[in-house]
Amino acid sequence: MQHSIRTSGNKPREVKGWAGVLLCSTSGPMAHSVRRDAPELPDFSLLKRLARDQLIYLLEQLPGRKDLFIEADLMSPLDRIANVTTLKQHDVDKLYKVEYKPIVSTSDQLCFLIRPRIKTVKWICDVVNADKAFGRFRKYKIIFSPQKFYACENLLEEQGIFGDVTTDEWSFYLLPLDDDIISLELPEFFRDNFLEGDQRWVRTAGSALHLLHSVYGPFSKLYGIGRCSKMAYESWREQVEEGEQRARQAEIGNVFLIDRDVDLVTPLCSQVVYEGLVDDIFRIKCGCVEFGPDVTSSDKSIKVMLNSQDKVFNEIRNEHFSQVFGFLSQKARNLQTAYDKRSGMDIKQMKTFVSEELKGLKQEHRLLSLHIGASESMMKRKTKQDFQELLKTEHSLLEGFEIRECISYIEEHINRQVSMVESMRLLCLLSLTENGLLPKDYRSLKAQFLQSYGIDHLLTFSNLKQLGLLVEQQPGETLTVMESRVGKLVNDKTAGKLTDAFSSLAKKSNFRALGRRLNLVPKSDEEYDLRVPRDMAYIFSGAYIPLSCKLIEQVLERDGWTGLEEVTRMLNGHEFAVTAGSNGSDARVKTDSQRIILVMFLGGCTFSEISALRFLGREKGLKFIVVTTAITNSARLLESMLDNHA
Amino acid sequence: MIRGKPDEDEYWNSSKFKAFTFDDEDDDFTRLKESKRAVNSIRSLVEEEDEEDDVEKVSWSGEPVGSISWSVKETASSIRSTGEVRDQSFPKINTAPSLPKNSSGYSLSSLFKAFGETSIRNYAPELRKPKSEYKVRYVYSLEKFRSLQDKLLLLDEAVNAHDGNVITAVLIYLKKSLSKENLFRELITREIALRHYIHFLKEIEEQKLLLMQYRDHLNIRDENKRRDFLKSCLSLPFSPDDATHVQDHYTLLERQIIIEANDKQVESSGQADIFKKYPRKASILNMPIITTLYYSCFYHYGESDGTYSSPANIRKTFRISDKQFLLTCLGARAKLKAWFDVDALFTTKNWLGYTKKRSPIGFHRIVDILQKNNAPVQVLQEYVNLVEDAEQKISLAQKYKCHDVIINTYRDLKDRQQLIVYRGKVERGSSEYRKIEEILSNSVR
Repeated sequence: MQHSIRTSGNKPREVKGWAGVLLCSTSGPMAHSVRRDAPELPDFSLLKRLARDQLIYLLEQLPGRKDLFIEADLMSPLDRIANVTTLKQHDVDKLYKVEYKPIVSTSDQLCFLIRPRIKTVKWICDVVNADKAFGRFRKYKIIFSPQKFYACENLLEEQGIFGDVTTDEWSFYLLPLDDDIISLELPEFFRDNFLEGDQRWVRTAGSALHLLHSVYGPFSKLYGIGRCSKMAYESWREQVEEGEQRARQAEIGNVFLIDRDVDLVTPLCSQVVYEGLVDDIFRIKCGCVEFGPDVTSSDKSIKVMLNSQDKVFNEIRNEHFSQVFGFLSQKARNLQTAYDKRSGMDIKQMKTFVSEELKGLKQEHRLLSLHIGASESMMKRKTKQDFQELLKTEHSLLEGFEIRECISYIEEHINRQVSMVESMRLLCLLSLTENGLLPKDYRSLKAQFLQSYGIDHLLTFSNLKQLGLLVEQQPGETLTVMESRVGKLVNDKTAGKLTDAFSSLAKKSNFRALGRRLNLVPKSDEEYDLRVPRDMAYIFSGAYIPLSCKLIEQVLERDGWTGLEEVTRMLNGHEFAVTAGSNGSDARVKTDSQRIILVMFLGGCTFSEISALRFLGREKGLKFIVVTTAITNSARLLESMLDNHA
Repeated sequence: MIRGKPDEDEYWNSSKFKAFTFDDEDDDFTRLKESKRAVNSIRSLVEEEDEEDDVEKVSWSGEPVGSISWSVKETASSIRSTGEVRDQSFPKINTAPSLPKNSSGYSLSSLFKAFGETSIRNYAPELRKPKSEYKVRYVYSLEKFRSLQDKLLLLDEAVNAHDGNVITAVLIYLKKSLSKENLFRELITREIALRHYIHFLKEIEEQKLLLMQYRDHLNIRDENKRRDFLKSCLSLPFSPDDATHVQDHYTLLERQIIIEANDKQVESSGQADIFKKYPRKASILNMPIITTLYYSCFYHYGESDGTYSSPANIRKTFRISDKQFLLTCLGARAKLKAWFDVDALFTTKNWLGYTKKRSPIGFHRIVDILQKNNAPVQVLQEYVNLVEDAEQKISLAQKYKCHDVIINTYRDLKDRQQLIVYRGKVERGSSEYRKIEEILSNSVR
């Protein structure tokens, strides 16, 4: 067997990426003109069935009636693949949520469906030991999802209940949230891996990838960047080698793995694309959102699934928010016209209308009023929050323009005790884009933050520093300050060279230099027509092309990292590009699978990034499938850094 | 900057700084206190409930599903594959940081396989077998790694395998079989292993690192005990900056306890009007410094700086910046509609006795805050007038209907056209209308 590794710096090869081969489709306003030759997405509902079947199998391992305790954050994922009826059919009597309190169940058999967390296992130990003290005999079973950890079993052993409790694994790695989004639903991945430095989920990521490979592979090419991506790749490769080989027609040809900490700027930006904005404001949970009375204009809240099944949503989800109102009102007018057709109909026509069209119209009417309500409510909130000024500051930070003014803005934001998370987000953006804060600024802003939001945020600052989200420039880095000043004076090329020379000094975000090299921040004096986006920057009002997506675009275009050496160096390396073994020539075959790219975000991705990739896919005749450890946004990401609650 | 078609502004334009927490119409300050109290009361409620009441049941809504056996068959058939097996091997890539390869006598690879076997077996229903058949996984014993060298080789190998689960497993064994000193000495040079160890200790709540010790104060409900605990934290080796913050934390709680005890007493005795007029909705304990300052500006304004509860004392003790002090003070006094106090905040006298209004923050912000607190137009326009930028002044004046400011500005600019336009906007016959008329007729001469 032979193989070829293509990393940056290899012999020059013909760049025969898809970009040269395929025609570009033009994407007009709201036009989701699917290319005639765009490949079909694989059917991921199979993953749901696999998970359901395995759960049923595991439940059957504890025959007879039993009560089931479910970890809170497993409930929604479980909801997507099974329902009460399924569980009842398999002798589940009562369902409880894990609440870390003494239990009231009278069942002789208890089953716990949990994440492998010490806290939850500790609680189970308490439950079992309380039963023991009470002289009560029951059977216990813990089902860990997606896998068990030794530390959990060790705790059972230490607590003296190892034999009393049987354990199992429910390998529910992947939950399809939509046609092109699959989530591992592991929000703690980000903190565990990047803050705590705990690699417990690396193998999980490898296994998830292995599952996709087994069902939709074999993959022919894998690209990636980041330490965790590399390890996940290795874990996947080992599992492929251990497992049986199955030959089948591949549905997914290419894979791109990316660590979240390669690009921390993008998830910290305010989202202005509809789906991202809905997530920022209402928080989409497991593909479902709860709209309150202000949206429904009634006295109750409703839960709505947001995915491609919702025809109205599907048309606006990727659009810049400023375009959505116009679209919705056009839709409303069309709907009115359709209803109006009724007048002048005879009985027969009316009958046809009612049986064929009315239901669809009613459905559309319901969806339309829902999204109009949501848009209105979001507008109101953003106006109240003075969104325009906030965005202006954000864009100045991305551009490196009027930084002192930005700092004053942030300071006042803190002084006025406006949203803590927003203040933190702006501080982090400032640090990431400026390669850290000047010691004087850092000290002053930190002190004011602690005064406004509580001194226990010392813990938060420690975490942010550890992760590199909010740091102080070290004395040696004054060069960088000089560089950024110089960079404004001299032309880009010189500045780029200077930056490269300095960037090797320390691990930094290097945002400015990366921005220049990859053209992430378009010139601000150019008009940007949001109705007809010309690049991925439209997801941030034309102000910034997300680094993560730009890397993906570049690597696919170049079929590897060749020519991106400076970029990868500034990103601290860990890039790779590999091709499958001997029959590698297969990879040249232009099958549909070659135009389906699976992008795996380790540590989470945002809806804005997904929108950007969908745009890129439309432009290039590709289909992207996003696999992420969780859907994230600035608030989730920063909240995972908080430690100031008991 | 938003760059887009012009009518986009319709969507994004917004009032200035409406998000100011304690200036909101609905009185966010009160709400903050209320919600804090509510949360606390919920906590005790939940705990009570827990003893007598049923635990909340999980409920779902879902449609009936097809039969399970059907689905199992479907799954199996779609997974089963046809055709020949292709060589699909992928290259190993260097996953730095790499450690020097060792030559341990034990079959370590089998050990790691034993730890982490998860295979497609789990997915292919036809391959389902009783788990006991491959239960070997966790039975594997580490007991035979007895020499320090073997233990370390084991650890390094675990780190090389990139599986956090395995690394932690080995660390748990090392924790049991090595003295603390020995283990830590070795971990110091092994960063990845060390971070796993620290995280593990954090999770089992055994070892407390510096900040984690400080964090423990969050678990103490009794304010006096919490204060004493914070005092004990003062001796911890924090960085100079952090030491100052922890000291502040202690001082703050100490004072809050004194203020709270005093105000509670004063309030219940009905001695002070301010508490009668604006009863406290929550305690000041454990609130941030700025919230405490606001409280002090609200209830203890004008006290001599000798008292702990006076704004001046809090300002000095916690080194609050002028800008911050002004913002907070302004918010509190405006809430109370104490316009005289507001006025005094900005008034400075020079040595000749002339007064002048000054502010460390732009007057447009001041106008904003006042407006949020329903300041009357007379008050508002005084500050709108102080806005330096003419354009901004006009736009604020228009927003808040400060007719005099607008009319005077146009008059000073000698902008007859704008005055005529504005005349059309005000009510015919009103005093503003007459004023414009007067100016227009005067300028004709």
